[in-house]
Amino acid sequence: MIFNFKFGRRRKAESARASALADLKVGESAVLAELKLSPPVAEHLMNLGFVPGLVVKVLRSGPGGDPRVYRVDGTEIAMRRDLSEHIDVELLGAPAFGD
Amino acid sequence: MATSTMSCHAAAPVNQDRTAYRTVAVVGPPNSGKTTLFNRLTKLRQKVGNFPGVTVEHHTGYVRDANGEEIALVDLPGVYSLSPKSEDEKVAVDVLTGKMPGMPSPDAVIVVLNSTNLHTHLVLAARVITLGIPTLVLLNMADELHKQDGHVDVLSLARELGTPVALVSATTGQGLEAVQNFLSSAAPCPEPLELPVIGSTRGYREWAVRVGTHAGYRRPATPVWTARLDSLFLHRVWGPLIFAVVVIGVFQTIFALGQPLSNLFQKFLDTTGAALGHHLPAGLFQSLIINGVWKGTGSVLVFLPQILLLFLVIGVLEDSGYLSRAAVIADRTMSRVGLNGKSFIPLLSAYACAVPAIMATRTIESKRDRMATILIAPFMTCSARLPVYTMVIAAFLPERRLLGPFLGTRAAAMLGLYVLGFLMAVATARLLKSTILKSKDAPFILEMPPYRWPLPGSLGLRLVDRGKAFLYRAGTIIMLVSLLLWAATNFPMRNGQPPQVQDSVVAKLGQAIEPAIRPLGFDWKIGVGLLTSVAAREVIIATLGTLYGVDPESHAADLQTALHNELTPAGAVALLVFFAFAMQCMSTIAVVRRETNGWKWPALQFAYMTLVAYIAAFAAYHIVGHFIA
Repeated sequence: MIFNFKFGRRRKAESARASALADLKVGESAVLAELKLSPPVAEHLMNLGFVPGLVVKVLRSGPGGDPRVYRVDGTEIAMRRDLSEHIDVELLGAPAFGD
Repeated sequence: MATSTMSCHAAAPVNQDRTAYRTVAVVGPPNSGKTTLFNRLTKLRQKVGNFPGVTVEHHTGYVRDANGEEIALVDLPGVYSLSPKSEDEKVAVDVLTGKMPGMPSPDAVIVVLNSTNLHTHLVLAARVITLGIPTLVLLNMADELHKQDGHVDVLSLARELGTPVALVSATTGQGLEAVQNFLSSAAPCPEPLELPVIGSTRGYREWAVRVGTHAGYRRPATPVWTARLDSLFLHRVWGPLIFAVVVIGVFQTIFALGQPLSNLFQKFLDTTGAALGHHLPAGLFQSLIINGVWKGTGSVLVFLPQILLLFLVIGVLEDSGYLSRAAVIADRTMSRVGLNGKSFIPLLSAYACAVPAIMATRTIESKRDRMATILIAPFMTCSARLPVYTMVIAAFLPERRLLGPFLGTRAAAMLGLYVLGFLMAVATARLLKSTILKSKDAPFILEMPPYRWPLPGSLGLRLVDRGKAFLYRAGTIIMLVSLLLWAATNFPMRNGQPPQVQDSVVAKLGQAIEPAIRPLGFDWKIGVGLLTSVAAREVIIATLGTLYGVDPESHAADLQTALHNELTPAGAVALLVFFAFAMQCMSTIAVVRRETNGWKWPALQFAYMTLVAYIAAFAAYHIVGHFIA
């Protein structure tokens, strides 16, 4: 059941070339697309550098896979899955600006 | 925006006449090295205060300009932005716009940015510059920028921003003469920068990248050592192991080093107190000085070794960058109780003493998580509970083997009390995080700074600062309560002599609360012990010793026998449970008041913990009583 669910999501993601940040593997990079978070949280993340259009890289993961450390424009940020699954990224494509 | 620009220009002629700025605000994002810079500029000439009505603390430091005039530097809380959404940002905006009561409107602003992270940090500079106050932009951490092959052209950036810009390093002191020049120049208001900025954060960010590019900004490479250390400290296996070693080290420092230091200190104060007493004529005055003032001072000072040690250890962990990694490691476990990884070390140190632990919660950025940590910390079994536990357990529980040589009945009972406190802390954390301290909008987001060597000077200043804050702000309350307790045991006077304890005010109070504590199996003598133990939990032993007429120091066994005769076994269990949960500690109350800047939280906490203790002790008394009967 769980396996099916995961498989289904990945296939869908590939066809749309979009995915959640939480679904990237350690070492993978993508372009930030949309922060589907409440305005204060999204604002805070953007102040830290999580601005749509920039490249995000999954640097490493904490024990048990959560939280994970991400890098955007030189800043390294740790966040839990409960946030990163609400951040949309585009898997391929050039960064809109910066980096 | 228009109004602030107007006001500045209306004041321009006055500005040109002036020889110096009076008040200068220092603002910068977290992790910009702002505090290090502030400390470097002002050294020990600092005052700490709270802004009215908020928990945000601020430091004011004093420097002299070229003419020897004194200038007040106000260190604002670390903020990324000036949209007043968080308490910190609202404070920063209010101070910068002169709306903070009791705080003069700043004549100028120093913006401290991290030059290794310019694109993100320039956004704050833009928001400050548009306020129209004379601004100096400092690009800090120049040493790291250059070491990692980064670059920025300061002159072009100054042209782009329309303000003076300097590349500095707060750790090495490089370039800091720019601050002195700026403070002594008292330049008239700059032409307000027409920033082609749209309101959105993304707009600001695009502007920052553009400006950075014009100034030839090249971001430095991530230091190799940071990546290497991270692959060790955040390793799946080694990470948690190293974390465990660090945590045990912190605990050992507080428990095995801080505790004996405090005891030694206490002994010293007792000895000097006794020696001092010989030089005073016996009587009320001698008693006031020795048992009131001196003991009160002692009960404040004994916390200092533990506070300073904990802040030294946490300071090293924080400044080196490891604390953020430790938070990532501990986060998964802490998230189960609704807290985040940053609460781990403060909660652990609460096993030694809640007072330094509560002061250590300031490393937790999220206000709600910090408050929750403060509120549950006193449930952890602190070292002051141990003498009480030991005495009561020894009086009622015969030592028998439970698990061969490994675990006896008494140790098991002690362990049970530790578990009891921990479980109540977990339950309280869950309760808080699902009710008044819901943190839906304050999730776990943590910046990972590169690893750095901690600076001894900066650490030292922080120790002095915390020590002073504790002595002045919490110490006065502890002193006051000590004096009140002294008065309660020394009045009413009989023929100019203090009364026997059983005739004193505190005994009357004990008798007054007896009906309330009778359902827990306690008599008025225990009631007096509960009252005096507010000074510090272990004081109940000395009080009961006096009431039962045995010296607890030389006749510990006699005190246990006396206690055995006075209390039923069910009452003894109730007493242990009460001590496990109740906030019987004025120092904790005082330090919570100091850290939350008001009586609301300590009052709530005291009421909650006393209620929990009462209900649990009541239940324990009746359940145990039922089984024994």
